[in-house]
Amino acid sequence: MSLMNWIDDRFPATKVWNEHLAQYYAPKNFNFWYFFGSLALMMLVMQIVTGILLAMNYKPDAELAFASVEYIMRDVPGGWFIRYMHSTGSSAFFIVVYLHMFRGLIYGSYRTPRELIWIIGMVIYLAMMATAFFGYLLPWGQMSYWGAQVIVNLFDAIPLIGGALSEWVRGDYVISDVTLNRFYAFHYLVPFILVALVYVHIVALHQVGSNNPEGIEIKKGPKGNRWDENAPADGIPFHPYYSVKDIVGVVGFLILFFAAVFFAPEMGGYFLEAPNFEPANPLKTPLHIAPVWYFTPFYAILRAVPSFAGTQVWGVIAMFASIVVIFFLPWLDRSPVKSIRYKGPITKMMITMFVVVFFMLGFLGTQAPSPLYTLLSQVGTILYFAFFLLMPFYSKMDKTKPVPERIA
Amino acid sequence: MKKLAITLLIALMPSTLLASGSALDLKPANVDLSDKESMQRGAGYFVNYCQGCHSLKFMRMNRVAKDLGIPEDIAKQELLLGTDKIGAPMLTNMPADKAKEWFGVTPPDLSLTARLRGDDWIYNYLISFYKDPSAPSGWNNTVFENAAMPHVLSNLQGVQELDHETHELKLVSRGTKADEYDQIAHDITAFLSYVGEPSKAKRQFYGIFVMIFLLIFFGFAYALKKEYWRDVH
Repeated sequence: MSLMNWIDDRFPATKVWNEHLAQYYAPKNFNFWYFFGSLALMMLVMQIVTGILLAMNYKPDAELAFASVEYIMRDVPGGWFIRYMHSTGSSAFFIVVYLHMFRGLIYGSYRTPRELIWIIGMVIYLAMMATAFFGYLLPWGQMSYWGAQVIVNLFDAIPLIGGALSEWVRGDYVISDVTLNRFYAFHYLVPFILVALVYVHIVALHQVGSNNPEGIEIKKGPKGNRWDENAPADGIPFHPYYSVKDIVGVVGFLILFFAAVFFAPEMGGYFLEAPNFEPANPLKTPLHIAPVWYFTPFYAILRAVPSFAGTQVWGVIAMFASIVVIFFLPWLDRSPVKSIRYKGPITKMMITMFVVVFFMLGFLGTQAPSPLYTLLSQVGTILYFAFFLLMPFYSKMDKTKPVPERIA
Repeated sequence: MKKLAITLLIALMPSTLLASGSALDLKPANVDLSDKESMQRGAGYFVNYCQGCHSLKFMRMNRVAKDLGIPEDIAKQELLLGTDKIGAPMLTNMPADKAKEWFGVTPPDLSLTARLRGDDWIYNYLISFYKDPSAPSGWNNTVFENAAMPHVLSNLQGVQELDHETHELKLVSRGTKADEYDQIAHDITAFLSYVGEPSKAKRQFYGIFVMIFLLIFFGFAYALKKEYWRDVH
């Protein structure tokens, strides 16, 4: 171990290992929902690694981009595999992160003292959405092109500066080669910012310790366990207990992930859309433009709000508000308890309603508008905001059950 | 809670969501990517009947020969059009500007048509040409109305007419291969389906081994976890 000592004198390798893994005491009662943090980290790494490999053969040029993707799919050895891992990976990353966020929602992981973890997490989510948006333009198919066109045109709705702003974002009057180049630059950059943000997310988590399905603060409970007399009695070392448990989660997840990669990479048009197999054509607008599924709940909210006072900006405001409101969750929840296990019937009903509404809006965002769908989107939008904005009231008045002192 | 978790996870898998269907009522093409003979025949029909106007710019004949089990010298003799390089992209000889002059549109590249429109669409398109004196080419199609493309396979299939009341197609004169025409349409569809994603058969083949490996790995991972956690519970 003299080499280790030599390193430790110069770099806190053993100290970091112990503080964050071998002597990081996590509550012993993590369940299924606690797999998604480590899975999200794995997906980030997988997207970066496959992305770098794709970048070796991809050409960010309006004339060449589409053909270079087909070159990867056909002529680069194993290129189809890397490309499908990356395209399936983006959807899988969002599925994992949505489940990770839902875990936080049901167990109150955003409550004191974990407000900052939640806010950093939301910034990570925004950065992910930005990365996904930039990346979606790169294959330069019809849906890539017109999806980007629609989203960038949102800026047009902003009064006075809108037109100039959207032109500045595109670098042109329409989505063009210039836009493709800058989107590629950002698509390559933002994931590394994500890595930094994830680092901060984990540092903040390890400062206060993990929440758990009971919502009990193990650090406030009695001290002393088999490994350390000062560690929380209901904690167990992350390594090896949760590291071996997370391997089970990783392999279970990979079974589903690779089933999609090998047997259903298009996932019925949800992961790869059929119109994107036609090269971008600025002169031919598709009949129906929809973003990828992970954006569609917010897209449905955007379309639900009618334009009035001569501007469409209200829909854009509602869409951004629907994401911004999630940041405030730590202060909207006034319940005396954290976990859904001890919360009352109103909260359980509201969370169920929120899940249903989120799926409904997600579905509506993929569909062409019709009077019925627009009405449903409007109802969904109201219920979506009601879940958050009424939370200070219903979370406070809801009946709760007493929380035990210790994890059973 | 566990049950709820699993239910939600399954619900979150987008595969269970309803994908929007096509408005057309298409007959299933049932492409079988392991039926190499069908795809070989399809390649032959494509080169002889389609490549006169349509390119497959993302496909090379040597890849076709390798994947479909056609000996390279036979492919070189029988299936090369306008080039003697078997590794060259399968391009049409028709100049794009002339094609536009003749047909009103440049015949599209068909490399990705199977992925854009689906196998069923191609198959139904091929069997749905009918005689229409009002159309510029003299032909129309029930799957793709007012398509500029004439029925280049009519000497094989024969001539269909559309009954405007029942909307059904009726064969009014028989071509040289009228009885085999349905199979011919299947063969061309199978070939274009292969061309849309040449690695698909390989992908599904490898996938089985990856699944078996991961399932075994899951067993070991679970056993390891159980062993470690024995002293926690």
